[in-house]
Amino acid sequence: MSPLPKQVLPALVAPALALAFATLISALVLLTSGADPLLTFNSMLDFGVRPDQVVNTVNQATTYYLAALAVAVGFRMNLFNIGVDGQYRLAALLAAYLGGAVSLPAPLHIALIFLVAMAVGAAWASIAAVLKVRRGVSEVISTIMLNAIATALGAYLLSTWLSVPVAGSNNIGTKPIGFSGQIPGLPFPGTSNRIFGLVFAAVLVGVGYHVLVSRTRFGFDLRATGLSTPAAVASGVHVRRMVLVTMGISGGIAGLIGMPQLLGSSHSYSLDFPAGLGFAGIGIALLGRNNPIGIAFGSLLFGFLDQSSQILDLEGIPKEIVAIMQATLVLSVVSAYEMVRRIRLRQQQRQVGAGPAAAPPAPGAPPDAGRSGSGGPA
Amino acid sequence: MGENGAGKSTLMKILYGMQKPDEGTIIVNGVPMAFATPAAAISAGIGMVHQHFMLAENLTVLENVVLGSEPRRGIVLARRAARARIEEISASYGLGIRPDALVADLGVGDRQRVEIGKVLFRGARILILDEPTAVLVPQEVDELFANLRELKSEGLTVIFISHKLDEVLKVADAITVIRRGTTVASVKPADVTARDLARLMVGSELPVPGLRESTRTDHTQLTVVGLTALTSDGRPAVDDVSLSVCRGEIVGIAGVEGNGQAELVESVMGMRPAERGRILLDGTDITDWSTRARREAGIAYVPADRQRHGLLLESPLWENRALGHQTRPPNAKGPFIDRAGARRDCERIARTYDVRTPSVDVPASVLSGGNQQKLIVGREMSDGPTVLIAAHPTRGVDVGAQAAIWDQLRAARSAGLAVLLISADLDELIGMSDTLWVLLRGRLVAQVDPGRVTPHELGCAMTGARDGQ
Amino acid sequence: MTPSGTDFRRSVSTRLGGKNTTAQATPARIALLVVGMLVLLAAVRAFTGAHDVTSSGTVRAALATAVPIAMAGLGGLWAERAGVVNIGLEGMLILGTWFGAWAGYQWGPWVGVFAGVAGGCLGGLLHALVTVSFGVDHIVSGVAINLLALGLARYLSVIAFTGTEGGGATQSPQVDEIRTVSVPWLSDWLGTMEKRQWLLASDLAGIVRGLCTGLSLLTIVCVLLIPLSFFVLWRTPFGLRLRSAGENPAAAESLGVNVYRMKYAAVVASGGFAGLGGVFLSEVASSIYREGQTGGRGFIGLAAMIFGNWRPGGLAAGAGLFGYADALQLRQSSAVHALLLFVGLLLLALMARDLLRKRWAGAAIGAVSGVGFLLWFALSAEVPGQFVSATPYVTTLVVLAVASQRLRMPAANGVPYRRGEGR
Repeated sequence: MSPLPKQVLPALVAPALALAFATLISALVLLTSGADPLLTFNSMLDFGVRPDQVVNTVNQATTYYLAALAVAVGFRMNLFNIGVDGQYRLAALLAAYLGGAVSLPAPLHIALIFLVAMAVGAAWASIAAVLKVRRGVSEVISTIMLNAIATALGAYLLSTWLSVPVAGSNNIGTKPIGFSGQIPGLPFPGTSNRIFGLVFAAVLVGVGYHVLVSRTRFGFDLRATGLSTPAAVASGVHVRRMVLVTMGISGGIAGLIGMPQLLGSSHSYSLDFPAGLGFAGIGIALLGRNNPIGIAFGSLLFGFLDQSSQILDLEGIPKEIVAIMQATLVLSVVSAYEMVRRIRLRQQQRQVGAGPAAAPPAPGAPPDAGRSGSGGPA
Repeated sequence: MGENGAGKSTLMKILYGMQKPDEGTIIVNGVPMAFATPAAAISAGIGMVHQHFMLAENLTVLENVVLGSEPRRGIVLARRAARARIEEISASYGLGIRPDALVADLGVGDRQRVEIGKVLFRGARILILDEPTAVLVPQEVDELFANLRELKSEGLTVIFISHKLDEVLKVADAITVIRRGTTVASVKPADVTARDLARLMVGSELPVPGLRESTRTDHTQLTVVGLTALTSDGRPAVDDVSLSVCRGEIVGIAGVEGNGQAELVESVMGMRPAERGRILLDGTDITDWSTRARREAGIAYVPADRQRHGLLLESPLWENRALGHQTRPPNAKGPFIDRAGARRDCERIARTYDVRTPSVDVPASVLSGGNQQKLIVGREMSDGPTVLIAAHPTRGVDVGAQAAIWDQLRAARSAGLAVLLISADLDELIGMSDTLWVLLRGRLVAQVDPGRVTPHELGCAMTGARDGQ
Repeated sequence: MTPSGTDFRRSVSTRLGGKNTTAQATPARIALLVVGMLVLLAAVRAFTGAHDVTSSGTVRAALATAVPIAMAGLGGLWAERAGVVNIGLEGMLILGTWFGAWAGYQWGPWVGVFAGVAGGCLGGLLHALVTVSFGVDHIVSGVAINLLALGLARYLSVIAFTGTEGGGATQSPQVDEIRTVSVPWLSDWLGTMEKRQWLLASDLAGIVRGLCTGLSLLTIVCVLLIPLSFFVLWRTPFGLRLRSAGENPAAAESLGVNVYRMKYAAVVASGGFAGLGGVFLSEVASSIYREGQTGGRGFIGLAAMIFGNWRPGGLAAGAGLFGYADALQLRQSSAVHALLLFVGLLLLALMARDLLRKRWAGAAIGAVSGVGFLLWFALSAEVPGQFVSATPYVTTLVVLAVASQRLRMPAANGVPYRRGEGR
């Protein structure tokens, strides 16, 4: 892309504006429901920077990061994999079951769990991909349906075949994974909570995402298909194959979402395994504009908001305000980005001197060459 | 009149209220007016027939015609009244419009007549036609001009925008020439010749496509044998087409838009499966090859619709350089994209092909049509292709770029490139082809000698009309 | 995320290529299809003895579940006919349920209806603002609005419902019921017919009875909105302009139509319909707001719209179909089991049709899946509870997979439009 400094500054304007706007809106919502916004934000900040909360934030962010990456791969190609939620839960369930059922030397055990998780995620995503490619079914709707079906399937499998009761509670879960399948956490000063060891894996996936999408020939094809499918087809891209492969990759990464939690802390899949991570991932991918660094910031932000809001219940403020904050943030960021993009485009057009080249021709009619100067919208 | 990019369409948009002028006045029937919206222009009696038809395909003719000026009965649309009025207009001006037909089912000539009906329905007294003959063959142009004379005799005023010299001379009572956004002359057709007009339009002589001596070799590079391709309804869009292109030869295909040119190009490029027939590249059967494989084997493609099929408008120029060639150096190194290589080569193309741009990092959408096309031609000519499929390569491109592209095609032909040229520009076809075929309803119906055929004869062959009709 | 999203979807489907012998959906063919399905259904009921397959109770429940789906679908239709894709219907549905219950329990159910519609309209307004004025990708905006509505509902529930009688952080207090009506003598006579269990006659009786007994007034209102939508969109100038905005906005603009205004109107209306569907959920289908009540019906509504080829009549049929699948899982579980047999036979019928048309791939899939369903039916006594709850989602997926190919959506659907940019 173009030289970094010139790109970075305007790229930060939009999210900064959006953040300010979202904070404002949340403050208004708090005011109208009788809560004190300043108190709210202060409490969250105070609580959020405590060491044990910092660890929780990083752990949460790790999971979010993977979720957002999974979604972002699809987004770059204009594929909306909303089914990340169902994909990761099924993957975690089956991986946990298999992990608990076998016992292998450490690296192999973990590798097996990873592979199973990725395979299940990819397979579940492929259903939507096949339906799209063979039957033209919109992947937005099919992945959402598959989410619900995954929930049902998972519940069935868990309660019937795959689980054992968890001692001392009403919970049921898969057989806990042995020591060779666990990943130790990293210690953090000031608290006994540990950072998920898989945070490094998440970073690696992020790097891999960047290399794959921005630097490889496959990534070029992927982005071209997302930007202009007719042009991609004319340039030789196999669109159907791309859809299948990309959805597979997206599902595969989705399969990894549950791994930090599973291998670092719970060691088994039970009824209370975290849910809804997929939708958070979608929001964060939108927030970070499918850029691995932007997504990283977004994940940390969302994680921070989630964790620091725990304190709010003690202050008598509903912690659900955070959900509103997050959603407003997403909406404002996408709007801000769009507006900034249009302003920049117009600037560049004025720079080049020639107006925007004309619209595509109707059958048989040649398009205009160019209009002079500011031939933009009235 | 004026060349592409002179400002004709902008002027018309201002007259029609789709754009605001920065200075100046418009006086209609002695009254100064300013149009803030098309609605204002419509109520002043101005009607515009656009160059790109403004018709909604999935709606009927009636719905398209009445949109925005619907006759009402209470809150309901008064269909019967509307239908009666449309049929009345159609009869008075000889337009032949069927109100209940779906626009998607209509051909180009019919659609244009619907557009004319649209403005007449609103009681337009001043009609603006923007490049109306771009989609018509000579016979249809004559029909249109007859319609226009009919309108004139009813007292309507017609403003006719074009860059086609002979047509303007044939039909106009007065001609105004625009160059670079300014009026340069107002003349009467009786006082000027086509060459005078050309000079006024461009400030110099118009370039003429023309080949010197034949550079055709005997080495057949591309062969198409009995090619048949179907539309999604199962009809043959390309029907048993056979032709061959040799090295150093330009084979032209003339035809009215919609007779299978697009499908033929798609089949040759691998974007549409062939139902029957073979395609051979230098003797190798590539019928079942993918588009990518064909491109890698040396087939280059300049698409008809550059913005949809030829460019990623939002991507920087150097990425557009790589488009279509992203699997080979200089754009790729192994499985990776070679950014530096692509940028360097893009800069080379910009220099060699005179693509006017401040840098290779700007998005492609900021370039003018002519510069975009030059970039595409430059890119396709790189990587040593053996065959070039050029569909409407100078459509909508300003005169300077057109001349440059023709030069490049001539040079490549001399160097041994085999070119398949599809175009609607009869002068381009006659001037640039070594061999010229006519495509009608998916079949190659005639082969004509470009050295001797006239545009009128060619037009007859393209519409299947017998001479004298 | 660019306007080429629609290009992408279209180009993927056209590249599936090959012959596509589209049969015309004439009224005669539709009637034949409906009759055929009824006969098959009746046969399945007789064979399996699962009365609920065609009982009036099921049909009544089906109507209750079909209505919110239909309203969501209608919302989707209004928006997409003007060229705006509205994925945020689920969120607007949620807003409808919440505001409907909140106003309903305090000031009466009809006030709740207005509040729910208003809530949905607000959601629509936001979507319109973001997509039409700011030009954000339609699906992105819709997804974000879903997130917002979810968060908003949660937050507001905590504020408004904690400490109330019967209410809490995830549900509202009870809302009074809306009056229901029945056609008295017809109901009773059909009731007797139904109990006789005669093949076909009793099935028909059951179906008709379900449609005219115990109907909530709100149901009647909602059902009437469907033909009303057809009338407005296809018979009035306003409707023509709205549809033109979705077919060719540049053409509409050039004729003086205010495309922005049309899109805004359509999307706000879209939100309103979804809101109405939401109120129905929290006031008629149940009598409280509960978190998660919408259960993806916003998306099922979109599926119904696609199935109906963007027309109100087809939409109603689709909603009926999905509503039926949804209702069945609430009734006897043996009914769901019987459905397996029905689906299996249907798939075999599709296979036969593909065989006749020499479409081998389709026939193979039909054969394998048909036999699979029949085997499942034969080898199991009942369908596990968790699967039963997935019935509507599986149905939606299967229906879309079978029907998606032959459809024609508004030409400029999903394309962000800017005034003056031309096409």
